[in-house]
Amino acid sequence: MSDALHLALIALLLALAFWTVVARETFAAVAGFVSYGLLLTLAWVALSAVDVALTEAAIGAGLTGALLIGAASRLRKTEAAARTEWPGRATRVLAAIVASAVAAAIAACVLLLPDPAPTLAPEVAQNLASTGVGNPITAVLMSFRAMDTMLEAIVLLFGLIAIWSLASDRYWGGRPGLAPVYEPNGILAYLARVLPPIGIVVGIYILWVGADYPGGKFQGGTVLAAMWLLLMMSGLHDAPAVSRRWVRLVLIGGPAVFILVGVLGVFVANAFLAYPAGFAKPLIIVIEVALLPSLAVTLTLLLIGPPQRSESPP
Amino acid sequence: MRIAADIFTIVAILTGAFFFLAGTVGLLRFPDTLTRLHALTKADNLGLGLVVLGLLPQSNSVFAGLKMILVWLLVLLASATVSQLIARAARRDGPPS
Amino acid sequence: MNAPTLFGLCAAVLVGLGLYGLIVHPQPLRKVLSFNLIGSGVFLVCAVIARRGAAAGVGGDPVPQALLITAIVVAFAASALAVALMLRQCDETGSNSLSSDPGPAPAKPPADGEA
Repeated sequence: MSDALHLALIALLLALAFWTVVARETFAAVAGFVSYGLLLTLAWVALSAVDVALTEAAIGAGLTGALLIGAASRLRKTEAAARTEWPGRATRVLAAIVASAVAAAIAACVLLLPDPAPTLAPEVAQNLASTGVGNPITAVLMSFRAMDTMLEAIVLLFGLIAIWSLASDRYWGGRPGLAPVYEPNGILAYLARVLPPIGIVVGIYILWVGADYPGGKFQGGTVLAAMWLLLMMSGLHDAPAVSRRWVRLVLIGGPAVFILVGVLGVFVANAFLAYPAGFAKPLIIVIEVALLPSLAVTLTLLLIGPPQRSESPP
Repeated sequence: MRIAADIFTIVAILTGAFFFLAGTVGLLRFPDTLTRLHALTKADNLGLGLVVLGLLPQSNSVFAGLKMILVWLLVLLASATVSQLIARAARRDGPPS
Repeated sequence: MNAPTLFGLCAAVLVGLGLYGLIVHPQPLRKVLSFNLIGSGVFLVCAVIARRGAAAGVGGDPVPQALLITAIVVAFAASALAVALMLRQCDETGSNSLSSDPGPAPAKPPADGEA
């Protein structure tokens, strides 16, 4: 029975992926991709990766979907011109052969995976107690491989700086995104008044349960980012100018605390990012709480793009 | 008692699945955007409500049950808003196709 | 055939589909979409490997799963950068083409940031 469900899920995934590639309209392809991302969360659950499923639903389907839908609608006018550049039959056949060969090679690798599979799960389970958290994935993210997570937070920040640097000179340091349209009686304004209080509680709750159950700062931060985006889309609140001091302080706050705790480890526990015995859980909580607002603001600003308006309202 | 709860769950979830099916048939068969929205929002929200209702006896704590009810309420709020926005966009962009 | 293997084969097809789309689509946005498909296929292979490593009462090896979370977040940042680049190109030149031919006359002459 469960196998039948898995097969149905795989068939739907492949059909939507196929649609994403062959759809004529980019907008329709993006719609297919968002549905694909949501179905993919079920695949993560089927593979007992609930933490990954939450991340996929929040970021892979949610934020990426919003980003691509916005881009598709702004690039719609260029679509007719792009169709004339469609490659000839020979190129397409060659591409199909190359893609099939790569797919066949990966399929062969999947079928030839070693049995029994190598795993680090027993080591994680053995050392879980020393971190003080109950969710093994949080333990890996924040303790055993904390270096990866720190570099990831910094990569996000660099990505944001790269996007800001695409602003034209006269809008440098201005407000990102398009000017909002505020309709006081619109349904979006209503939702933007009702939902954020609930969303903020949910986001912080997801961060908090991440210590022992699936959840964590990325998923919680995305919920907070979504609430802020909702406020901006409804026009209740405008995006801040990126030169504002508080924006920059919040952005670097999380990574800075992470690095500080890491350097502290050099003096107290003899290694970068090592936690002194007994202090692992409080330090992990300090880092996570500092990262939550940083991640929420970074993800929001990544989505709305480079500054496009000067600071003062027109 | 256990069996009664299980039967309740099965009946409620099957009814919910029926409403989802009806909503999907409406999405595929109805002629224009507004009637499709009508089918989707009404039938699917009721379907999800029945699925949540069916799962309530199976949840092992009151807190988990409350979370499921909250999820249903949030979906109601979101789908009501989104259907309004889609309907408005459909009306603005001329006759729905 | 067990579930992880089935999902692994699905991932192989996803990478193939994405690669085909990446090569043949002329529009950059479609290339980003296809690239995301390739990415999700690779992530799915990782999740399959994690699932096969289930041991010690955990449903999957937590190390690759944690890396997957990192990967999904970084993939979003990369997509955001790609989208910002193509929107900027569209603003500057009025076209969204990767072709090196001059093509239709640009709406505005290309500005400084063209390198």
